[in-house]
Amino acid sequence: MEKKIMLGNEAFARGAYEAGVKVISSYPGTPSTEVTESAANYEEIHVEWAPNEKVGTEVAVGASIGGARALSCMKHVGLNVAADPFYTAAYTGVTGGLVILVADDNGCHSSQNEQDSRYHGRAAGVPILEPANAQECKDFMKYAFDMSEQYDTPVLLRSNTRVSHSRGIVTVEEREEREVKPYEKNIQKYVAMPAMAKKLHIAQEKRLNQIQEDSRDFSINRMEINDKKIGIITSGICYQYVKEALPKASVLKMGLINPLPKALIQEFAGQVEEVYVIEEGNPFFEEQIRAMGISAKGKDLFTIQGEYSANMIRKAFTGEEPKHVPAQEAPGRPPLMCAGCPHRGLFHVLSKLKKTVLGDIGCYTLGSLPPMSAMDACLCMGASITMAHGFEKARGKAAAKDTVAVLGDSTFFHSGITGLINMNYNQSVGTVIVLDNRITGMTGHQDNPSTGKNAKGQEAPAIDIAQLVKACGAKHVVEVDPFDLDAVEKAVKEETAREALSVIITKRPCALIVKQPDVPYVITEDCKNCKKCLSIGCPAIEVADGRPIIAPESCVGCGLCEDVCPFDAIEMEVK
Amino acid sequence: MKDINILIVGVGGQGTLLASVILGKIALEEGFDVKLAEVHGMAQRGGSVVTHVRISEKEVASPLIEEGGADVIVAFEELEAYRWIPYLKKGGAMFVNTQQIKPMPVILGAADYPEDVVGFLNANADKVTCLDALGMATECGSQKAVNTVLLGAMARELPFPKETWIKQIESTVKPKFIELNKKAFEKGYQA
Repeated sequence: MEKKIMLGNEAFARGAYEAGVKVISSYPGTPSTEVTESAANYEEIHVEWAPNEKVGTEVAVGASIGGARALSCMKHVGLNVAADPFYTAAYTGVTGGLVILVADDNGCHSSQNEQDSRYHGRAAGVPILEPANAQECKDFMKYAFDMSEQYDTPVLLRSNTRVSHSRGIVTVEEREEREVKPYEKNIQKYVAMPAMAKKLHIAQEKRLNQIQEDSRDFSINRMEINDKKIGIITSGICYQYVKEALPKASVLKMGLINPLPKALIQEFAGQVEEVYVIEEGNPFFEEQIRAMGISAKGKDLFTIQGEYSANMIRKAFTGEEPKHVPAQEAPGRPPLMCAGCPHRGLFHVLSKLKKTVLGDIGCYTLGSLPPMSAMDACLCMGASITMAHGFEKARGKAAAKDTVAVLGDSTFFHSGITGLINMNYNQSVGTVIVLDNRITGMTGHQDNPSTGKNAKGQEAPAIDIAQLVKACGAKHVVEVDPFDLDAVEKAVKEETAREALSVIITKRPCALIVKQPDVPYVITEDCKNCKKCLSIGCPAIEVADGRPIIAPESCVGCGLCEDVCPFDAIEMEVK
Repeated sequence: MKDINILIVGVGGQGTLLASVILGKIALEEGFDVKLAEVHGMAQRGGSVVTHVRISEKEVASPLIEEGGADVIVAFEELEAYRWIPYLKKGGAMFVNTQQIKPMPVILGAADYPEDVVGFLNANADKVTCLDALGMATECGSQKAVNTVLLGAMARELPFPKETWIKQIESTVKPKFIELNKKAFEKGYQA
């Protein structure tokens, strides 16, 4: 059998492939994106980008009812969007195996919170599996599908940034092709209305109890009895940190983390002198283990914040700390909009006009940072539009003239569109700006309903955003090139002043997708050192000996700085 | 062979990921266990990026290298070398591209770029190799080959045959860039 180095997320995709999955529908979200992206390379699987996680999950549920194995992948906050179908699919169960993959982001590497998705799985009443390395990503995916069909339940497969974005050696196997199961109408199972739901809830409780009873023998749980003084109960990436820090300790590594393998935990606790629970995030295991009557230590030693490490665990148990050069006071390096980024033009104008900007999730959230500092709030996907509406209702129409909602094309399709419909219906006079850069940027360039391509890179019908927002009720729709600063400024001034619902669409492809001519710009002798060019926050413009200079290796030749310079002192380099 | 922990640090967009992918393939080819940890998403947009590479004859547990744990630090930029030096093991080696990329707080005057980073590194680490990898890459035909120059520089510190490095570079980069990258690797190797 062949061994390959695989990203955790690639291994999840491989597992889905080998498990005979037929349908995958997901919305991109770091750190989950590469599962779907990588699965798109397998011809045998229908892989699609859905407009949001609710859609993706419902498509997977439909495929399962239709008799095929189906998967939907998302980041932790995506599961909130998908929670509606997720909680009821937990009642109806499945026909073809159904797995929902959720990737948490302990440490907030690329997210707005550190939400602990284990609680979602427990609240919904579905089994949760958690792998600890790339090989297990593949193996647990297959295990999850078998379990889903055996127990007639969706399975939540939980990952996080370190598991999804670590590479390791994986043994790959062949795909096991599966016939689509025959369809049989069964309204008692699939029509979730009150009379049926009551019975379905009873069935759900029963199968969870069954899983807990059987879990003593699940191969994904493992007891490693060594030195019996310390017994550690853990799962996922924390298991790896424990093995690194305390190789001699006894460990119960759980692969099934909901329902907890109770008999195994009790047996383990009976064999060791002291029980510790090591889990990132909230005391999800600890509280349940204590409720079993086991006196376990956990969050009195370890934080609920951020990521853990082997050093942190070693220090807690042995007091040892590694010797190293002390950390130096060093300037931070926050992420930036790339050189040539089309969003920069718009944010320059919003900063200049001092608008209140209700922002959204995407690369453009970086517009909140200095020097542009042109964002006032960012909450969750699509919330720019709805927050702007609420802001207007609180502060009146006059305030709407100084306020805009800003969101990307993909975010608009995800959950901005419902907010726009609400604005029209509830008579807002606000202004929404849709940044159409022809791609889903921050997650690494995935196509979306307006790009004209699908997840497999094939041609697909493209939605015209201008037509769509008109249909949603926008009274005035303007399309501008965000690098035409005069046009952007005119549009923002006119549309915010107008007492009617307006949408401005800024159209220019992501600088990483459509390359500029790449002839760098230079600052000439006419420079008066006013430093206006620094106000656009371009990573290619630096300061050397007190004067701005353009780093030729970073400049992509977009020319935005030329438009900003009041002294015509920036021009394209003549070669 | 003793375990090898390599930390690769730089600025998002500099090509740190390619270097770690090649290292991973070399370890696999040589029959070792290997784990790599990367940064995707928000942190790639010009932010500080770090990739961990852990190679061992035994099973590697954690994918992360921690403070005081790196046998080798490869820094694509001076400030990042300065930031990550606490991760260097006593007696470990550093390979530093002497390029300075000013972060936005420095450009805006809200923070100062540390002075004489190379002097600081030499005073605090036993084995420091500084090289103008950007200049060398440019000489080879592309600034993007900084990563292969640095791979060449560290190759002499690591116990893998030179042919294995070259083979894995060939299997990883696009065909039209193979010659360029082999040249860049050799330049780093000789540095």
